[in-house]
Amino acid sequence: MPTQTPILKQGDYLIVSLQDAVSDTDLAALWRTLVERVGQQRIRGVVIDVSALDVIDSFACRTLTQVAQALGLRGAEAIIVGIQPDVAFSMVQLGLSVRDVRTMLDPEEAVEYLDRVTRHGPHAGRA
Amino acid sequence: MQNGKLDGVAELTAADVVAHLKRVREELSTQWVEEMMAKGVLVGMTPDETAYESAVIYDICVGCMETGRYDGAERYAAQMAQRGVLAGMTPAQILAGMLTLRDVFGRSIFDEYGDDQERLSQALRLYEPVANQILAIVALAFVQERESIVRQQQEAIRELSTPALQIRPGLLMLPIIGLFDSARARQLTEQLLQAIRASRARAVVIDITGVPAVDSQVANHLLQTVDACGLMGARVVLTGMSPEIAQTIVTIGVDLSRIRTVADLQTGIEEADRWLGYVVTRADPVL
Repeated sequence: MPTQTPILKQGDYLIVSLQDAVSDTDLAALWRTLVERVGQQRIRGVVIDVSALDVIDSFACRTLTQVAQALGLRGAEAIIVGIQPDVAFSMVQLGLSVRDVRTMLDPEEAVEYLDRVTRHGPHAGRA
Repeated sequence: MQNGKLDGVAELTAADVVAHLKRVREELSTQWVEEMMAKGVLVGMTPDETAYESAVIYDICVGCMETGRYDGAERYAAQMAQRGVLAGMTPAQILAGMLTLRDVFGRSIFDEYGDDQERLSQALRLYEPVANQILAIVALAFVQERESIVRQQQEAIRELSTPALQIRPGLLMLPIIGLFDSARARQLTEQLLQAIRASRARAVVIDITGVPAVDSQVANHLLQTVDACGLMGARVVLTGMSPEIAQTIVTIGVDLSRIRTVADLQTGIEEADRWLGYVVTRADPVL
């Protein structure tokens, strides 16, 4: 039975916590699910929590950037949270980045930010 | 004619030159001290101290020639360098003293073997490498001592360095003082990233007022630090950019445009306050 990465719905947002030992196929399936649900459920923000990852390499960076772009095209802002200090350090030493994707400390920060942003948006005050 | 024998005269050996130098030890070391005094090289040593030290050094030099080993000279040179100075003599004076000894030795060799060109030539070929090696050892001992002092001072600066300080909730400040090399950059960055996580900081003011010089390596370290902070959700403003450093950065062509930089700390803190939504108002003063 393949491990399912849990996707939590919190208001208009989805929060997904990436686990360390997930296969590439499961990951690809996860991204597809996210991109679908964002359209079906009118999701405004997707918080991708990577705090369980010990390593973020160039492949992971590329994938995260592409997923964020796809989600953006479907109307949701992707926010990556939980990059650990030593992971962040390794990434900058290798010149890796997730350009144009917002990064924040943890899911709480990300949700707070999304609330602020959507409050001032064209559909502010929507129930 | 056998190899190396000229008109039946045996070739000069190191032992021969050593024997000569030992024979004229009293005469030469006295002459050496006199010449040093005349040049004003001997400072702050009593006549007894001078006699003792000069005899020791003379014997060490002859010993190097005799044994072909220089560890005695290296040890003594290291001691001389560590004593700071030989009772108040500067490195310049000590070197001048050694060069004087070299001259005294050289002249003695010319006096002793000067009649015979071939023997003089052999004597010089035996003596000169030794003299040069000894001079090099003395000079390098001082250089190494200086470098050791600099390393110790840098270590002291590292230990005195302040960690990241929280100014307000969400706002950290990191003052950087002294030279900023790769090892230190790594240490500072790691500490800063941990502090960001611990205090949930979203803004960091990095102050480089205390950094004397910035080269392309330092600039890249700063860029990496800023990027790493960004990955953890904290935005950086760099303060304390002096006119000289600004000029250097432009000249070496490093692109710091993705860092917000300002000249002074106050402006930097005000900027960070704006990012975080802090508004500072003035009420009636208490003092």
